[in-house]
Amino acid sequence: MTSFTPYSALAGGALIGLAATLLLLFNGRIAGISGIVNGLFNGGNDRAWRATFLVGMIGAAALVYHFTPVHFEGRSGFPVWALMVAGLLVGAGTRLGSGCTSGHGICGIGRLSVRSVAATACFFSIGVITALASRHLLGIGS
Amino acid sequence: MSRLIAALCAGALFGTGLTLAGMVNPLKVLNFLDFAGNWDPSLALVMGGGLLITLVTFRFVLARPAPVLADQFTLPTRLNIDPPLMIGSALFGIGWGLAGYCPGPAVAALSFGTLEPWLFVGAMLAGSFLGKLFTR
Repeated sequence: MTSFTPYSALAGGALIGLAATLLLLFNGRIAGISGIVNGLFNGGNDRAWRATFLVGMIGAAALVYHFTPVHFEGRSGFPVWALMVAGLLVGAGTRLGSGCTSGHGICGIGRLSVRSVAATACFFSIGVITALASRHLLGIGS
Repeated sequence: MSRLIAALCAGALFGTGLTLAGMVNPLKVLNFLDFAGNWDPSLALVMGGGLLITLVTFRFVLARPAPVLADQFTLPTRLNIDPPLMIGSALFGIGWGLAGYCPGPAVAALSFGTLEPWLFVGAMLAGSFLGKLFTR
């Protein structure tokens, strides 16, 4: 059970949009997390900014999580096999589909990319169907 | 050096936003996708808040001849909707709807002191390498 948090959701979303704006304005790069992570392993000469971005993201998330009221009790009892299958699918899917919620959803739609609109519509609708089926039909993590 | 500072600041803002918005909690994500339970509409406002910014700012940023600290914008070049895009996005949707993690929140949550994000990110990297075998 989580409760609807309209103000922090809107503010958090705006910060994410602002972060994507900064990265595009200053570095000319798309703030898509799957792409930033994948690029770390490509052996290119642009690994430094990717690593720095992720250090900033993980560090700031740690500060906000551990030292503000947004702290929440971590999920317990979610089946490990489902977590691993989901991770494999998210990794393979975002590689094949060239992006995730941030790259396609926030940045791609932000620059009016038709590919990103199609990808976002696809993973949102499939995500809804999967969450409904896994919780109500299969009883996973409910 | 200034490019790294810009990346660090952008990353920090991104991580702050994700955590403030509660998106690092997979239950909050699943409670959005699963509208037949105790529906939590927050995720819609996170996407809305993000798009409200990027839909406006990207127009102005991309109207510039170049970024402030780089020679050119590095943007995706493909324009057509092809099978890899849709199959990949569908696979991603299944994984997302199953566990409630997408790449950003899972990586951001590595610092929370719980095992879940580590297992998920490990599997995600493995999946990404598998996926790479099927892409050119």
